[in-house]
Amino acid sequence: MSFSATTKFAQPVVPLNTSATPRSNDNPSLFFKTSSFLGSTHKLRFNPLPSKAHHRRSAAVVAVSDVVKEKKRQASTNLLITKEEGLEVYEDMYLGRAFEDMCAQMYYRGKMFGFVHLYNGQEAVSTGFIKLLKQKDCVVSTYRDHVHALSKGVPARAVMSELFGKSTGCCRGQGGSMHMFSKEHNLLGGFAFIGEGIPVATGAAFSAKYRREVLKEANADDVTLAFFGDGTCNNGQFFECLNMAALWKLPIVFVVENNLWAIGMSHLRATSDPEIWKKGPAFGMPGVHVDGMDVLKVREVAKEAIARARRGEGPTLVECETYRFRGHSLADPDELRDPAEKARYAARDPITALKKYLVENKLANEQELKAVEKKIDELVEEAVEFADASPHPPRSQLLENVFADPKGFGIGPDGRYRCEDPKFTEGTAQV
Amino acid sequence: MATVFQSPGTATALSSNSFDSTKLLVPSRRSLSERKASFFCVRSEMKPTPIARRADNLVVNAVATKADSSASSTASKPGHELLLFEALREGLEEEMDRDPTVCVMGEDVGHYGGSYKVTRGLAEKYGDLRVLDTPIAENSFTGMGIGAAMTGLRPIVEGMNMGFLLLAFNQISNNCGMLHYTSGGQFKIPIVIRGPGGVGRQLGAEHSQRLESYFQSIPGIQMVACSTPYNAKGLMKAAIRSENPVILFEHVLLYNLKERIPDEEYICNLEEAEMVRPGEHITILTYSRMRYHVMQAAKTLVNKGYDPEVIDIRSLKPFDLYTIGNSVKKTHRVLIVEECMRTGGIGASLTSAINENFHDYLDAPIVCLSSQDVPTPYAGTLEEWTVVQPAQIVTAVEQFCQ
Repeated sequence: MSFSATTKFAQPVVPLNTSATPRSNDNPSLFFKTSSFLGSTHKLRFNPLPSKAHHRRSAAVVAVSDVVKEKKRQASTNLLITKEEGLEVYEDMYLGRAFEDMCAQMYYRGKMFGFVHLYNGQEAVSTGFIKLLKQKDCVVSTYRDHVHALSKGVPARAVMSELFGKSTGCCRGQGGSMHMFSKEHNLLGGFAFIGEGIPVATGAAFSAKYRREVLKEANADDVTLAFFGDGTCNNGQFFECLNMAALWKLPIVFVVENNLWAIGMSHLRATSDPEIWKKGPAFGMPGVHVDGMDVLKVREVAKEAIARARRGEGPTLVECETYRFRGHSLADPDELRDPAEKARYAARDPITALKKYLVENKLANEQELKAVEKKIDELVEEAVEFADASPHPPRSQLLENVFADPKGFGIGPDGRYRCEDPKFTEGTAQV
Repeated sequence: MATVFQSPGTATALSSNSFDSTKLLVPSRRSLSERKASFFCVRSEMKPTPIARRADNLVVNAVATKADSSASSTASKPGHELLLFEALREGLEEEMDRDPTVCVMGEDVGHYGGSYKVTRGLAEKYGDLRVLDTPIAENSFTGMGIGAAMTGLRPIVEGMNMGFLLLAFNQISNNCGMLHYTSGGQFKIPIVIRGPGGVGRQLGAEHSQRLESYFQSIPGIQMVACSTPYNAKGLMKAAIRSENPVILFEHVLLYNLKERIPDEEYICNLEEAEMVRPGEHITILTYSRMRYHVMQAAKTLVNKGYDPEVIDIRSLKPFDLYTIGNSVKKTHRVLIVEECMRTGGIGASLTSAINENFHDYLDAPIVCLSSQDVPTPYAGTLEEWTVVQPAQIVTAVEQFCQ
């Protein structure tokens, strides 16, 4: 099984499904039309060839517009995306950006507190991957999870209420910015400690495999996506889960949002070998590097990785080179990063790039895109109004969700279960 | 039927479909609790009636004896004899038969059969995915168990030794305990984390840890400790059926205890304590292996004319303050005997809970006998002195009851 990311966009790619027992009748080959990546430039095989070491972040950045032009030249009838898909993707990315900008405003107005980590600049990764999923597929994220929640389908008003700490939030106000969960949309969190969600994602993937093989549910082909950052890739849980996922061929995709900075620690200063995608083949899974500022490229890679997992061929490690335009969190003064670096990445803003692509390829015109933006702006405003108008959680909510079975609070001195005490439901019992 | 200990415990039936509590007709020194027509007689141990009994008195039973259990005459079936690890396995197997989402994961649980043989034979029966041999990555496979529990399975995670679960503390504390709450109740985590802990025979410091004290602060989890084959099977089944995350503490030295347990299905209540030996003079609270040290001391004490009431608290979090409270109200003296370290152990929490709730009923300050705050040494003599021995218990009771 090889995963190819080649610079020669005209060249068809090696067929990917080379496993001995293909589990599906799908056409195994994939024609990769994406063009130059700003990163690894060699074909990735199961046993990777020695690196050509082209990975230089400070090297000349290929402007997005060049990339777009190349794509156009290549096969004008074979665009990467249809109009509907294009608008859907644009809308989702714009929603992510507008929402996060609104979060910043609300934070500085004192509507939300604590640690809030914004996703500006990384929208291509979230949209590129999550928009390809079905509702039953699971997503596991980190503390930078607002946009993952929105892409997965959690309503903006539920996320905003959660941030305001209101009881109408997706977690009843009990989770907050870093703990977005949604059972309906299969968003398994929202984790504050880095790396903590990766085993949970592995478990969700294990669950899918279990349901298919032990419980014999034929359509249990759910895929799980685990999102995490470059800092996490030095953490034990990451490696342990890569091992287990590859060992048991779990239907999971590990998506690394490499934005080069773990608060103030540069990835290059923290990692012995900064090329994270290389760590995949070390465990027996394909490792792919993709330009995370270009949603169409991410989408192409995501399609193959998700399809691979769904077919039962196992995990993939995808490293998305991306950048966060804001600081690590709203409390981060962000003084350490070089303004020139920030400017370079700002020029590669994924939303602007997609807009340009859509317009130049006549997939959408300015008015349609403006209409989308207006709709989203109104949606976000409405979310804020909803959150403002929502009630704070009452005292009775304090003890409610500690246990799924509240008998876990035990038997009180009077012989009754504590959860039967009326003070418990009022939230004033001492447990 | 030869039980090692007769425990007129408080095992009760919980779930709707399985079975009922047991009621026993045993000669006793005190009034019996009510009998309910609905349950059937199972074995020699007396168990009080279930939830409803909380409004009434405790059942109290015959004296615990080490040898025979002739007192229990009306047992309808003799039951079968087995060792504690076999009882755990039986409970596990019954639950795996009953519910196909129950699965086991841990190191060497599959082909090896479990390092303490608790899962022996299960991998052949259920396959490699249901009884999963994991790589040595406690934090990650515990997290994997949590993710599986969130998405519909009911995993049992085995720590080969409880001490290894220190590596999984991140997942146990942050995810296991807290996820149900931070998700606003959306995801439940019906996981069981189990494994042997406690001081063994010269296993060295790191293999002789008592993690119950470290985990007890974690909100959102329940902790139980089994001590007999009967309650091992009962607690295992109850833990698996519970929707809450439960940590089941077993003890390395108790795996080969033999007892006769009923053939019928039963479970033990996760939140209740077990009355081992009713008495009048002093309440001795204990759990796990120390129960046996206490009972040994009790024999000596009885010969000297004392009448200790021994309660195996079983539920380490939350404490069964009803059973304990009733006992305190009767005897007015409390001695806690535990294997945890003195500092921040279960005994410390229990002391504080009893002081808060039953201070008026105490004639004297609570005495807590715990292990020394010492990493367990390898040398046998030193190891013996770190844990509480029956002679110390006897001395403590004598001092108390002067």
